[in-house]
Amino acid sequence: MSRFQDSEHLLRVVLAFALGTLVFVLARTFLVPQSFGEYGHYRANAMTEIAAKPVVFAGHQTCETCHVDVQELKTKGKHAPVNCEACHGAQAKHADDPGAIQPPKLDTATLCVRCHEVNGARPQNFPQIVAKEHDSAGLPCETCHQPHSPRIGAGAKP
Amino acid sequence: MPVQGYMYPNEIELAWSVLIVLYPFITGLVAGAFILASLERVFRVEAVKPTYRLALLTALSFLLVAPLPLQLHLGHPGRSIEMYLTPHRSSAMAMFGFVYLWYLMVVLLLEIWLDYRRDIVAVWQQSTGLKRLLYGALALGSKNISEAALRIDERVGYVITVIGIPSAFLLHGYVGFIFGSVKANPWWSSPTMPVVFIFSAMVSGIAAVLLIYMFSSWYRKQTIDMRCVDTIARYLFYTFIIDFSLEMLDLVHRIYEADESFRTLDFMVHTRLYFSQVVGQIYIGTLVPIGLLALTQLFKISEPVRKRIYGVAGGLTLVGIFTMRWNVVIGGQLFSKSFLGYTTYKIGFVAREGLLTAICLTLLPLVILWVLVKLLPPWPDHQALASTATAPAHGSD
Amino acid sequence: MKIDRRQLLLLLPAAAVAWDAVLAGTPEAAPNYKLTEHWWGMLVDISKCIGCGNCVRACATENDVPEGYFRTWVERYHVSDYDLVNPVVDSPDGGKQGFPPYTETGGKNFFVPKMCNHCAESPCTQVCPVGATFTTPDGVVLVDKEYCIGCRYCIQACPYGCRFLNPKTQTADKCTLCYHRITKGLTTACCEACPTGARQLADLKNPKDPIHAFLKTHTVQVLKPSMATGAKLFYNDLDGSVR
Repeated sequence: MSRFQDSEHLLRVVLAFALGTLVFVLARTFLVPQSFGEYGHYRANAMTEIAAKPVVFAGHQTCETCHVDVQELKTKGKHAPVNCEACHGAQAKHADDPGAIQPPKLDTATLCVRCHEVNGARPQNFPQIVAKEHDSAGLPCETCHQPHSPRIGAGAKP
Repeated sequence: MPVQGYMYPNEIELAWSVLIVLYPFITGLVAGAFILASLERVFRVEAVKPTYRLALLTALSFLLVAPLPLQLHLGHPGRSIEMYLTPHRSSAMAMFGFVYLWYLMVVLLLEIWLDYRRDIVAVWQQSTGLKRLLYGALALGSKNISEAALRIDERVGYVITVIGIPSAFLLHGYVGFIFGSVKANPWWSSPTMPVVFIFSAMVSGIAAVLLIYMFSSWYRKQTIDMRCVDTIARYLFYTFIIDFSLEMLDLVHRIYEADESFRTLDFMVHTRLYFSQVVGQIYIGTLVPIGLLALTQLFKISEPVRKRIYGVAGGLTLVGIFTMRWNVVIGGQLFSKSFLGYTTYKIGFVAREGLLTAICLTLLPLVILWVLVKLLPPWPDHQALASTATAPAHGSD
Repeated sequence: MKIDRRQLLLLLPAAAVAWDAVLAGTPEAAPNYKLTEHWWGMLVDISKCIGCGNCVRACATENDVPEGYFRTWVERYHVSDYDLVNPVVDSPDGGKQGFPPYTETGGKNFFVPKMCNHCAESPCTQVCPVGATFTTPDGVVLVDKEYCIGCRYCIQACPYGCRFLNPKTQTADKCTLCYHRITKGLTTACCEACPTGARQLADLKNPKDPIHAFLKTHTVQVLKPSMATGAKLFYNDLDGSVR
């Protein structure tokens, strides 16, 4: 008993540690998020939260449900692999409410050269032009090229 | 010019700032000061006894400040408790919370408490009012200072110090591993990183205690125990040689193997990192202090000159170890992982991660130490407590 | 508009598929998406990239990427003759506004789109101290911005430089492979916007995915293979000079 008495102060320390550990273990049950650990060392709900974000680009399949005639024209031409929103920009809002939200008319004078202006690093077989020489009059590209089927004479008139 | 050559766009701005330089510097001082204290307690180097308590209090002051640079750096400091709730076992950084808590509670606080207990109880029993409450709390309400109890304290304290040595290595070694295990960064990725960190920590901690002891003796107009500082300087010298050898080994190895990353790193060391790496760390921060200490080891030098040499060498050592942390952390982010370019570190002044913050965080431990020294005087002459203690002296301290 | 019978026969199945996609396009509906049926990756064809920057702009629009930071970007390489070690690389604003005309002659010039490689043995998820970044069972590396503490360790650990600290959320951020789109049957924003098909989403677990045939018939590489990250971003026609 006397030996116990001599180390009594140490027992206070041990008690304090034990109490602290207990409080921590109990607090953990409240503080660790519910879905944590379901699939791995992370909050499983994070996946569903990220997946639930609304889309901004509608995706070409959505455009094609309504714009059938454009799609028909496009599939026959050189711009077949070019998706609608690549040029028209993100249109999920328009797809959700086509009447209320209209995509703006595109300015072909600036849009087309973004891809087709000559640039040494572009693949050799990719159609490139020097805009100033190709069209010295400064006309917008759609004057001669139908954007959905750009080869002259291939598709319907612009 | 901010960017030279090519950097990946997301690499241009540095992710880890001067605060991340400060953290290993501070924990290094903690580990080093503790190792110095353990020299007396475990390895029976009697000569350094006058600095035993001072070293422990120095370690505690720096350890209390250590989490602050990290908290100021985090994007969400309020979420840092997640490191305790869901530590990711594959991450070296996840160890931080537990290693820190272990070292603070089980090693440092317990050892200090056990060593000071007799004095704490003595002051408690003679005080009144707020001071009485404070010292009563420090004693954990226990008046148990019989001979047998103090013998138990001595034994337990010894065991704690023995455990404390590998704990100190872990406290700082894991920081080295945090850098050394990043395969994406060739400046950091190295198995020697934890070892280099530990040895440079010991160097900085020993130098810090040396300087603080010399300064506080001068300030309190007490004579400096020359046997003590001579011994400390000797240990500083040996540890520094080992530290320097390890860093040179890493350098020689890199130059010899000259792998894919070598050209870009070599260029960086000769240009953007030249001042802090070559001039700051190697010349001023390592070679000069080693040279000065070597003089005192090889030649008989008078006491006043020796004191000055120790002061200068100690100060330059701290500069050297700080620049070493700087060169690791900042240097590792100045070059592109494409090995094709470099960026610059833009440090603010009055900003959350700015220079002013770093300076304040470096000075704060000294303020805390000043408070601790008032609460728990570590002076071997026992002037502060001798007048208040009524219990008969139990032999030498 | 007038539709004759032939057109109707072509239209109906297409419309049915499209209608499914439209239904899938509404944020709440993706109940038939099973995590274990997919293992996502991506294919980038260097021989098709024209450096138009559509992908960078589309990603920024789709994912609210802050100015000056990039979930994806395009690099332009100039490799002079046989010197693979010293390419000249630029990426003005990540390629977001395309690239200025190139005056360099000679050597090899090409574009390299970059993004998160969604590594199967990802070094970035390994170092996260709290479990805020992780690999989903379907192979996408994501960041939980409600849990991330912003320590930036993952940013340091990524060998490809694809992570950044989002200044608005103060958490780590990076390409999510448009997880909110691919789980609804859509493709990623960057693939949708790419005019040449240089970027293609790939589901390695889907036996009908064209990537399987592609991998068998083309020379394909990943970036920094010595890092053994299990990168799932496959490049066709990747030059040895690419870092």
